[in-house]
Amino acid sequence: MDAIILQILNGLDKGSAYALIALGLTLIFGTLGVVNFAHGALFMIGAFCAVTLSKILNLSFETIDPNKTDFLGNPLKVKTPYVESWFGPETGAALIDWSVPLAILFSIPIMLLVGVIMERGLIKHFYKREHADQILVTFGLAIVLQEIIKYYFGANPIPTPAPDAFKGSFDFGAAIGFDPNTIIYPYWRLVYFMFSVVIIGGVFAFLQFTTFGMVVRAGMADRETVGLLGIDIDKRFTIMFGLAAAVAGLAGVMYTPINSPNYHMGMDFLVLSFVVVVVGGMGSLPGAVLAGFLLGILESFASMREVIDLIPGINQIIIYLVAIIILLTRPRGLMGRKGVMEE
Amino acid sequence: MSKTTMTRRGVLKSGAVAGAGVALPTIFTASSAAAYTNEPTGGSVTLGFNVPQTGPYADEGADELRAYELAVEHLNGGGDGGMMNTFSSKALQGNGILGKKVEFVTGDTQTKSDAARASAKSMIEKDGAVMITGGSSSGVAVAVQALCQEAGVIFMAGLTHSNDTTGKDKRANGFRHFFNSYMSGAALAPILANNYGTDRKAYHLTADYNWGYTTEEAVRTSTEALGWETVAAVKTPLTQTDFSSYIAPVLQSGADVLVLNHYGGNMVNSLTNAVQFGLRDKLVNNKNFEIVVPLYSRLMAKGAGANVKGIYGSTNWHWSLQDEGSKAFVKSFGTKYGFPPSQAAHTCYVQAMLYADACERAGTFNPCGVAEALEGFEFDGMGNGKTLYRAEDHQCFKDVLVVRGKENPTSEFDLLEIVEVTPTAQVTYDPAIFGGELGTCNPGA
Repeated sequence: MDAIILQILNGLDKGSAYALIALGLTLIFGTLGVVNFAHGALFMIGAFCAVTLSKILNLSFETIDPNKTDFLGNPLKVKTPYVESWFGPETGAALIDWSVPLAILFSIPIMLLVGVIMERGLIKHFYKREHADQILVTFGLAIVLQEIIKYYFGANPIPTPAPDAFKGSFDFGAAIGFDPNTIIYPYWRLVYFMFSVVIIGGVFAFLQFTTFGMVVRAGMADRETVGLLGIDIDKRFTIMFGLAAAVAGLAGVMYTPINSPNYHMGMDFLVLSFVVVVVGGMGSLPGAVLAGFLLGILESFASMREVIDLIPGINQIIIYLVAIIILLTRPRGLMGRKGVMEE
Repeated sequence: MSKTTMTRRGVLKSGAVAGAGVALPTIFTASSAAAYTNEPTGGSVTLGFNVPQTGPYADEGADELRAYELAVEHLNGGGDGGMMNTFSSKALQGNGILGKKVEFVTGDTQTKSDAARASAKSMIEKDGAVMITGGSSSGVAVAVQALCQEAGVIFMAGLTHSNDTTGKDKRANGFRHFFNSYMSGAALAPILANNYGTDRKAYHLTADYNWGYTTEEAVRTSTEALGWETVAAVKTPLTQTDFSSYIAPVLQSGADVLVLNHYGGNMVNSLTNAVQFGLRDKLVNNKNFEIVVPLYSRLMAKGAGANVKGIYGSTNWHWSLQDEGSKAFVKSFGTKYGFPPSQAAHTCYVQAMLYADACERAGTFNPCGVAEALEGFEFDGMGNGKTLYRAEDHQCFKDVLVVRGKENPTSEFDLLEIVEVTPTAQVTYDPAIFGGELGTCNPGA
C-alpha cells in the first residue's frame, strides 16, 4: 500500500510538469490552430530565466586573499556577490537562496514577451499553412533556441537549487500512520505540485470567469463568427500565445531545483507532452490536464521494480503503449472534440 | 605484299601485355608511396581529433579539444612543453613528430556512433589523418575503433570507461589510456568497506546501456566479495531525466546504500533527485544511508552542485595531484585557458603524447610499427605514476583515484578531493576475463 501511495505522489508530480506544458500546447492549438513544436523550448527558456536571475544575483566583485592560493599557486581571488555588499551578508545571501521563487516574477514579463515575439514574428505566417509546415518551422525554431541557450550557458547542467527552507523531504508515511521512511517526498516536489494546481486553476478561471476568456472560448469554438461581431480575435489569440508561453516558462522556472537545467530539457519534455495532448484530446484543455496526470501516474507505476521484473522494458514504453490503446479505442482522445484536426 | 592476320586471342594477349606494361610503373609507384594508410609525404602530419562538439557532452568535448591543441603546441615546440618535460621517454624533441610539423583536423562525434564514424571516416579519407583520437562515450569509442581497424589507422581512445573497449570489442589498432569499470569497482570497494562497513545492502540504479551494465557488474562483484548484499538492481532508460519514481522505492527495499551507475546528465539528475529525497539524511538498518557514484567527472560534479558533497566515486585523474607530470600539465593548461583541466582533457593530452612518442621510437607512422612501440610500453611522468600499456589488450594499467565530493570547496573547480590512490596491482586483471580478440594490426593501403 505504501508503495502505491508513493508512486501516486510521484505520478502527480511528474504529471504536474506534463499537464502544465500540455496545457500551453493545447491553448495554442485550440486558439491559433498551430501545432507548436517549440513549446518545449519555452519550458527550457523559463528554466534559464531562473538560471539567469541566479547568475545576476551571484554577480560578484573580486578581492585578493594573500593567505590562500589558486590552482596555479597565485594569490586566491575571493568572490563576493554585489547583493551581499549592497544589502548586507544576510539579506544578500537570502536573495540568492530564494532566486528560484524570485524568478517567477522575473520570468513572467520575459516569457510573455518571448511568446508575443514568437507569434508575431514567425508563427502568424504559418496559420494557413499545412500542419506539417507548422511542425517543421516550430521544430526548427526549437533547435535554434536551444542552440542559442547552449552557446551562452554551455551544454552542462547548471545547478539551481531550491531555497534552504524547502530542502529535504516530508515523511508522508509517518504522518498518515505508516512506518517512518516508507513514504517520503521532497518538499520542493510538493511545492511544484501545488504550484501547478494553482496555475492550472488560474488559467481555467481566467478562461471561464473573465470577459476576455469568454471571447477566447467563443473564438476557439467559431473564430469566423466572433470576427464578424467586430471583435479583434487575432489580438486576443496573440495574448493567449503569450499566456501559454508564460505557463510553460513558469513550469520551467519551478522545475529547475528538481533537475539541473540544461539546453536539451525542452526536447526531453516535448514528445511526452504531445502524447499527453493527443491522449487528452486535441484542443481539450481539461483533457490535457487529465491526461498529464494520468500518464504521469502510469509512468511512475511502470518504473516500479516489481512491474519491470514482470514486463521488462515496460518503463520505457508505457506512455506510448497507453497512447496507442486510447487512440484505438477513443480516436479523439479522452476528451477530444469532433472536428478538431479532422478536416 | 604481306598480310596481317589479327585474331581475337592475339588482340587480347597484346592488350594484356600492353596494359600490364602501362600499369606496372603505377602499381610499383603506388606501392612504394603508400605503405600504409595516409602515409605522410610532405613536411607535416595530420592527426584527427574526434570529439563531441555538439550534444550533451559538448563541454567535455571542448575540454578534450583544448588539451589536443595544447599537445600539438607542445609537440611542435611551442609553449612550456608541458608533460614532455616530465615524460620518462625522451624521444620527443619538440620538432613535431619524426621531424614533421603536427597539424590537426577536428570532427564532431555528437556522442552518436554513426555520426562519430562518419566524422572519423571523413578525416581519414578526405583530410588524410594518420591517427584518430578522442570521444566521451564507450559506444562511440567501440564504433570508431572498429572503423579505424578497417581503415588501417591508429585509434587512441578518449574518455571511455566500459570494459568492452579493451575487452570483448578490443582491436589491434585501438589503444586506451583511460581506466575502466572493472578498475573502478576494484578501487572503490575496499574504501567503501572501510568507511561504511562490510554489512551493507546496496540498491543499484543502472543506465540501460553497455557502460551501465559493465559498471554495475564491476561494483557488484567487488562489493559482494567484501560482504555487501545487492538487494536490487534496476535498469533506468538512458533518456530518463526525472529519476524520482526509481528513487522513491529505494528506502522501502531495505537498502542502506544507493549505487548510481550513471554518467553525464543521468548522473547529475539521479544524484540530485536522490539528495532531494533526503536519502542521505535517513537512518536505515541503524546505519546512515549512503550514495555512491562509481565514475566521477569534475564537469558532471559541477552540474550536480552541492549534491556531490561527501559522496564517493572514482576518477582517472584529478588536477590536484601533486606529481611533477600533473603539476606541469595543470600549469600549461591553466595558464593557457584560465582554469584547471578535466580528466577528459588529461587522458586526451596523454594519448596524443603517447602516440607521438611511439612514432618517434618506432621511426615510422606505420600503424603496425606504432602499435608495436605502444604494446608493453612502460612509462612515467604523465600524471598517473608508473603506467603499462598492456600488450594483450591495449589497456593502460596505472593507479586509480578514489575521490569524494568536497564538503567545503574553495572554488568552482575544487569539487572533489582525493581519498586514496589505489595502486596498479589492486586494479590489474587477467586480460582473458572479458573475452574478445585483438586480431592483427591493419596498416591499410
